[in-house]
Amino acid sequence: MLIQALFYGFSLVLVLAALGVIMTRNPVHSALCLVLAFFSSAAIWLLIEAEFLAIVLILVYVGAVMVLFLFVVMMLDVTVEEVRRGFTRHAWVGWLVALLVIAQIVSVIWFRGLGIDATVGAVPLPPDYSNTRELGAVLYTQYVYPFELAAVLLLLAIVAAITLTMRRRAGLKVQDVSAQVAVRAADRVHLVKVAATRREQPVPEGDPADAAGTSPIGPEQSK
Amino acid sequence: MITLQHLLTLSGILFALSFAGIFINRKNVILLLMCIELMLLAVNFNFVAFSRFLGDLDGQVFVFFVLTVAAAESAIGLAILVVLFRERRSINVEDLDTMKG
Repeated sequence: MLIQALFYGFSLVLVLAALGVIMTRNPVHSALCLVLAFFSSAAIWLLIEAEFLAIVLILVYVGAVMVLFLFVVMMLDVTVEEVRRGFTRHAWVGWLVALLVIAQIVSVIWFRGLGIDATVGAVPLPPDYSNTRELGAVLYTQYVYPFELAAVLLLLAIVAAITLTMRRRAGLKVQDVSAQVAVRAADRVHLVKVAATRREQPVPEGDPADAAGTSPIGPEQSK
Repeated sequence: MITLQHLLTLSGILFALSFAGIFINRKNVILLLMCIELMLLAVNFNFVAFSRFLGDLDGQVFVFFVLTVAAAESAIGLAILVVLFRERRSINVEDLDTMKG
């Protein structure tokens, strides 16, 4: 009974938060409503004993993705009025489609049936059941290859995001790594063959004017 | 007692709301991305519910991968958005008509 009450409470919060995401006029408020939606979804996933994914949803989505969203929303100084011009022109289509989709899904689930008995609760899990341990046991054995692919995909996303947003300013001194690697010793050191010449005879001493002219403070002192 | 019907109905409502959100916020790319995140959340709801009620963990593994792909998608989408705003000073979808699509 308590679980059902919690479920209805969090569902109400979730639907209201989703409405807030699509209805508020300020993108920052939309992002915060989306955070609330993720939190209440995580709570519902906890109620149906999917603990690992509930924690992952909060850590990954609220902790990383939504912070990124908020960062971008606050970085781009878009005026609200400019974005919201023509806000209600297509709104009735949206609500119509939403009502149709809800009616279809509800009629399929509640009246047509799914081929399984959807009106009973889930089979209770044993008290020492660990969702994280079971998920890890499946993920690192049966799904280890998709897991590695997911890691490569994330690396690709990092490289793509950095490459897209990196700004190349003019006159910036950066290393040219390929030029550094491709350099050869012949490009750097030139051995110049100087022809041998006879050494000049030393200039005879005794010419003071010439000696004063060559010293750096000589002309100022002479004036 | 939470039944499968409750969870599927909730995810259906969530999906329909985010679908309506795409129609309503047709101007702002950031809000379109947020509505896509909300749609993915509704789909993940279905996966988790069926995984729990059919006693099969594969659905939850799939949710894990969907979360991974969605994180990568939003990161790249936001990067494209930042580049777009730097070029055009606008994030209005209707300004993006260079390719006459």
